[in-house]
Amino acid sequence: MISKISPSVEAALEGIPDGATVMIGGFGGAGQPAELIAGLIEQGARGLTIVNNNAGNGETGLAALLKAGRVRKIICSFPRQVDSQVFDGLYRAGKIELELVPQGNLAERIRAAGAGVGGFFTPTGYGTQLAEGKETREIGGRMYVFESPIHADVALIKAEAGDRWGNLVYRKTARNFGPVMATAAKRTVASVHQILELGALDPEHIVTPGIFVHRVVQVPRTATGPAGFKQAA
Amino acid sequence: MDKLNRDQMAARVARDIPEGAYVNLGIGLPTLVANHLPKDREIFLHSENGLLGMGPAPAAGEEDYDLINAGKQPVTLLPGGAYFHHADSFAMMRGGHLDICVLGAFQVSATGDLANWHTGGDAIPAVGGAMDLAIGAKKTYVMMEHLTKSGESKIVAHCSYPLTGIACVSRIYTDLAVIDVTADGLRVVEIFNGLPFDELQRLTGVPLLKEST
Repeated sequence: MISKISPSVEAALEGIPDGATVMIGGFGGAGQPAELIAGLIEQGARGLTIVNNNAGNGETGLAALLKAGRVRKIICSFPRQVDSQVFDGLYRAGKIELELVPQGNLAERIRAAGAGVGGFFTPTGYGTQLAEGKETREIGGRMYVFESPIHADVALIKAEAGDRWGNLVYRKTARNFGPVMATAAKRTVASVHQILELGALDPEHIVTPGIFVHRVVQVPRTATGPAGFKQAA
Repeated sequence: MDKLNRDQMAARVARDIPEGAYVNLGIGLPTLVANHLPKDREIFLHSENGLLGMGPAPAAGEEDYDLINAGKQPVTLLPGGAYFHHADSFAMMRGGHLDICVLGAFQVSATGDLANWHTGGDAIPAVGGAMDLAIGAKKTYVMMEHLTKSGESKIVAHCSYPLTGIACVSRIYTDLAVIDVTADGLRVVEIFNGLPFDELQRLTGVPLLKEST
């Protein structure tokens, strides 16, 4: 009987090597797999390249992984936020490398990796600093920039519910990068709040089919907290 | 000089957004436009983190931080709204499916170049979806104060800040005027509060064309 369900976060993350490229889902706090990140800190892999939209908020989650000194490089679109003090300090001290990517290129480069596409031309960023040194081409009278795929060794994503075949559904805008990151990694680990019997997820509604998911681990539901913006006093 | 305040600017932009438009409102000043959209007009608000049919902020105590906008603030979803993943969301933006995006800016050039993501120097850069929105929507509107705090024109011959996109802006809404970027140059569409054209021209870094009458 096939079961992708891991008994624990620890079991789901065993063997992640130093120097791995790890995609972490989430947009700010929504969809950030806090339990899996805590497990990665515990697991101990170092010299990681992290792919995330942001670069951590406050002192928890991705910020805690950065603070623990495990990250060599981050590939992201929006590192600087009101509560990105951990990243800001590391960046200013020259202790972390930043590859800044327009958000749509980030999503599409991940999608390309997952779809076996060797890169693509996009008008996004043409003529800007973020396209410097990249191949350009005129297509149909418009200028495009070549962007390459981003592959990962591991993707850590947060879903709402899953089954033992790895089918997943998400919750609201916590979906964000989860479905594309799931396609682009050699090992995709999804945390879920509910594990359902096969067939309980409506096949018309499954967002990530199990082929993209290798391990599913159940974690207790905790309310997602605010992150990444200035709250009115 | 009688400038529009931020809410008046937002109301002026809102007036130009038609029924049925798919619209992305950028972070900051453009977000205010949502508060001024007429209730009797159905307009689809898109947020790049993955929702379409975005509704207003939730009542106090009703916040759900799994349901946020691109500024990471809690929002609501209207009946008929949808969630989707990031690649789909950016396909909507990059694939030319949005009718209008409204963005803030540091500078706009006379040919519609946009600078709104980085002040250069040793500031930590962050770009988010700005470059995708700027080149992807059918129309890119900029909403900004006409002048910097020190009184310099934010409409310039050439942007001195790092570019977000080239020749991507179609219309500029400032606290003094509405200006179209055209093949002939910057054409004034409307001047607020009786400011004389010559005075607007004096304050603006590049030649302006008078509104067509």
